[in-house]
This record gives sequence, structure tokens and C-alpha cells, in this order.
Amino acid sequence: MSAADLSPGRTSGLNSGQPAGSPTGLCSSPTARPLRHVSTRFLRSELWLIFGRRRNQAGLGILAVVPLMIAITVKMSTPRPGRGPDFFDSITSNGLFVALASLSIELALFLPLAVGAISGDSVAGEANIGTLRYLLTVPVHRTRLLAVKFAAITIFSLVATIWVSLVGAAAGLVLFGGGRMTMLSGSQVGMGSAVLRVVLATIYLGVCFASLGAIGLFISTLTEQPIGATIAVVVINVLSFILDSIPQLSWLHEWLPTHWWMSFADVLRDPIVWGELTRGLLTAAGYMLVFWLAAWARFSDKDVTC
Amino acid sequence: MTEELGDFAVATQGLTKRFHQQVAVNAVDLLVPRGAVYGFIGPNGSGKTTTIRMLLGLIRPTAGRHSLLGKAMPDHSEDVLPLVGSLVEGPAFHPYLSARANLVRLDSVDRHADPRTTKARVDGALDRVGLLAAADKKYRAYSLGMRQRLAIAGALLAQRELLVLDEPTNGLDPQGTREVRHLIGSLADDGATVLVSSHLLSEVEQVCTHIGVMHVGSLLTQGPIAQVRAVSEPRARVVTDRSQDAARVLRGLGLTDVAVESGLATGALGALAAETVVVALVSAGVPVTGFAVERPSLEDLFVSLTGEGFNVSG
Repeated sequence: MSAADLSPGRTSGLNSGQPAGSPTGLCSSPTARPLRHVSTRFLRSELWLIFGRRRNQAGLGILAVVPLMIAITVKMSTPRPGRGPDFFDSITSNGLFVALASLSIELALFLPLAVGAISGDSVAGEANIGTLRYLLTVPVHRTRLLAVKFAAITIFSLVATIWVSLVGAAAGLVLFGGGRMTMLSGSQVGMGSAVLRVVLATIYLGVCFASLGAIGLFISTLTEQPIGATIAVVVINVLSFILDSIPQLSWLHEWLPTHWWMSFADVLRDPIVWGELTRGLLTAAGYMLVFWLAAWARFSDKDVTC
Repeated sequence: MTEELGDFAVATQGLTKRFHQQVAVNAVDLLVPRGAVYGFIGPNGSGKTTTIRMLLGLIRPTAGRHSLLGKAMPDHSEDVLPLVGSLVEGPAFHPYLSARANLVRLDSVDRHADPRTTKARVDGALDRVGLLAAADKKYRAYSLGMRQRLAIAGALLAQRELLVLDEPTNGLDPQGTREVRHLIGSLADDGATVLVSSHLLSEVEQVCTHIGVMHVGSLLTQGPIAQVRAVSEPRARVVTDRSQDAARVLRGLGLTDVAVESGLATGALGALAAETVVVALVSAGVPVTGFAVERPSLEDLFVSLTGEGFNVSG
């Protein structure tokens, strides 16, 4: 910012904050900056912030450790039928089961933790470092901010789930091969149908985790501490699993956010049993709607003092 | 709001903010004419930043209303804010991104920004604040002064009619402070209105056409700087070893508030021309070894307005 930089005749820099190509100066009306067409720039910027961040890349790396661990340990151990958790016995028969086994293990904590970290950070993280006030004065309409933030959370949930599935499927297919897949009902389906079922299970769980992300978005509007919001999401997730395991609370179970998650295994029935999957998707959609609206109600006229 | 408020870049009526029991801003009627460089001064905690947050729609006023560029806020914030560049309560960026990436991020959320010109505008803004050479450094590696400059660059990313700069020279070295003053001057020369808040009075004095003085949440006075200054008059200051005689001459000329100290006589000049005082002193045979007309500094002005020093308000 030398004197030369500030002289009005300088052409390489900006004069009076005008962008290049607007020589008419500042005597313009408040419509001088035309609104551009609907653009995905904000969303792309969000995704770039999420996936470009070291911390999140490391998190995705950790998510990938589970399928690799499962594939390798099963490969090295001698099979002992009937003693492993779901899907483990079947892994040696078809490598795709590594993906399903990984999802069933990571859905309890790792994937919810990842979604909790991203959703908890979504608004509270910006508030914490102060960038929220600069977003709002750009201006970014608060409703638009919440919509884009939630879209990014949903995309992250899907990508993280697909990532676990993909690493599991790749490791499984390399170590155990593919081929026909035995369903829970005992019949067998071809490889194409098997892949389709794993994809369905993955997307189903991705949507389920996104509903947890909606809760995270809401909590994120309540605080300026992203870590606190993340912990709250994980606590809600664990609490939901605990409540789901108490038989005396059976009336509550079907309303819990995590209750239908394990139903993803229904894609392995022949034909696929849609009942619980549909309930699961409806529950997820309900949680998304309610908590997105709660976030909006909380945030739309909140004083931003950070 | 009436039509004539269009002449003002910022106009508030009874703007008030109460946090629980504490009144942070109390019925402020701010008027910033278009084209002005408005120095918004007051000690830390006097309500400047809270007022600015209300102007930009970050917090809701408890009472009162305001308009920016002639349009009522917050109803028209989507039309008005794109024309307002702001720096609020210090810089804030993503620490793990470079300066350039941070500005691109800001630009990409702006629905009025043309992505084809992003690179040119980002580089232009960085150049304007002298950060182009450090553009690819991570924000976390930036010094406080560099961060402050980056925040100013963020305000200059697009064409602006109004710049709201809250303590823009915070953390800058004397050279940086001078550069920001020049920058404010050049922005005003190009037709933008600048509202600049500061707790450093001397800084504001040199660059502003208008000032408003905040104290404990209230706007004590505002207007063109000469008019505000006129509240406390310039004083003649005579250095002489016959100060009693000098004082007699000053009184004889009609100066008011004449005071005598050892080797010194002072008095308020009023409308009197300074040179007539010197002539009168010399012709009365008073040996004058020094003569000066002292304009009160803004700090003196502030003390005279509030009856207190320029300290943090509780």
C-alpha cells in the first residue's frame, strides 16, 4: 500500500474499490450490482472448505481404517462360523460384505461422529472465528446460509458413507473376490444385483446420517463453540442408541433418530423388504424438516455478536 | 423515513440497543451525508461497534430505525448491503486458508459478484492494501497489521457506495496507519461515503469531514468538523515575562476566559483575528517572546463535552 498504489491513475489495482469494467464510478443507484443467476458457487465453496480441510481429510482417513482392518483381519484368521457379528461370516464368500460389515460397525459411533463434527462446525465454527459476521454483511441471507450449510452437511454425510462403503468393497473384492451373493433369506443374487443392494444400503444410511446432521445444524446455531456442538450431537446419538435398547421404552423406539438405521440390512432380503426402510427414510425426513426449521427459527433473527 | 433521507448515506432515528439491563446504545440519531468521511469517535465501550452492528443488520435494535443509502434497513438489506463494504470489530478469516483463498471465499458467497472477474478483483483489492506479495500465505501466519489490511481488502472486493470501517487502524504500525488514512482519502475522492470509527482521536482529526462523538451509548454531538470544533473556541497563547500586562491587553481587546500563569497569558479569541492581538501587545509595550493560536484538539473537545477524560466507559 505505497503511495503509488493509492494514486488514482494506477491501472493494475482497483480504483476506489470499483471492479474492473465498471468505469462509470460510484454515482450509481443501489441496483448498480445486478443480482446474478442462481449459482452453486456458495455450495461449492462450502464443500471446498469441508473437504479441503486437513482435519476432515484425516477424519475420512480414519473412517477408511475400519473396512481395511476388517478385510485384513478376516483374511488372516481362520473362519469360525457363527461367532462373528452380522455379515462377518459371509465376508469370505463375497468381498462386498466387507462394505456392509464396515457400515454396521461405523454407524454406531464413527460416522455419526464425522457428521457431528461437520454439522457442529457449520454455523458455530463460523461464529467462533468471526467469519459469520462477514458472511452476513456480504450479504448472505440467513435462510440461504442455513440452506446451503445443510446441503453441504447432507452431501458430506453421503460422501462419508459412500467412502466407507467404497473402501470396504474395494478391499473386500481384492482379498475375497466377488460373485454371487447369499441373501439373509438364503437365496442367491448375481453380482449386479449385489452391487445395487450395497449402493442402496449406503445411500439409505447416508440419508439417515444427514438427519443427525440436521440436529447438528440446529445445535450449531445455539452456540459459538463448534466442539461443544459436535459433542452434543454425539451424545444425542449415543443416548438414542441407549434408549433404543431399553425395552420399557418400546413406545418411544420408533421415534428415535437412530432406531431405523440397522434396517439397512433389509436390502439383503430377496426380494427387498421396503417397510422399515421406508419408515427409516420418513423418520430421517421428519428430523431434517423439524430441525432445519428449528435452526431457522433460532437463527433468522438472532443477534450476531461474535 | 422521508424522501430527503436519501441524501444521507446513513440515517438513524432513536436507534437503541439494550442487552438485558444494560443500555449499550441509547437513542442515537446518526446522520452521515453522502460523500462525507464521518469520524465516529468515542472511547472503548461507548457503543460504536454495537451501533455499527445494528447499521449492518447483524443485531436487531431494541428501538428506533435506520436507513442506509436512503433505503430502510433491515427490510432492504439484500439491495443495500452489496453496496456497503464493512470492517466490523476486527478481521476474521479462516486461519488455514491463504489470504487469497479467503477473499475468493467471500466473493463466492456474494450473489452479485461475477465469477469471471473474481481473480482480477481479489488481486486488485490485495494490491490496494499492499498484500499482493503475501497473498498465498496462510492467514494464520499473518501479523495483526496484515490481518487488518486483509479485512480492508475484503471490504474493497466490489464497487461500494458506503464503507463502514470499525477501527481500521487497529494493530497497524505508524506507516500502516498513514496508508489507511490515504486509502480513506482516496475512497472519498472517488465518491464513496466513509464511516470510520476510532478511539484514537488524533487519527480521525486528520482525515474526516464530519464527526460524531459517542459517550456511554449516546451521541453527544455530530456535524461538520469545523462546526463541532466551534463549540470550543481557539485560544491565543502569549509567552512573555510580563504576563499580567499581557492579560490586561487581552481583556482590553475583548478576549474572554483570560488566564495567567508564570510567563504565560492565554485567552479565548472569539471572532477576533489573531494578528490584531499581536499588534496590540506590541504597541502596549509588552515583550512578546512567543505567540500561538491553539485550536483545541478533539481530545480537549471530548473532555469539554463530557466533563471526563477519554476513558473506557463502564
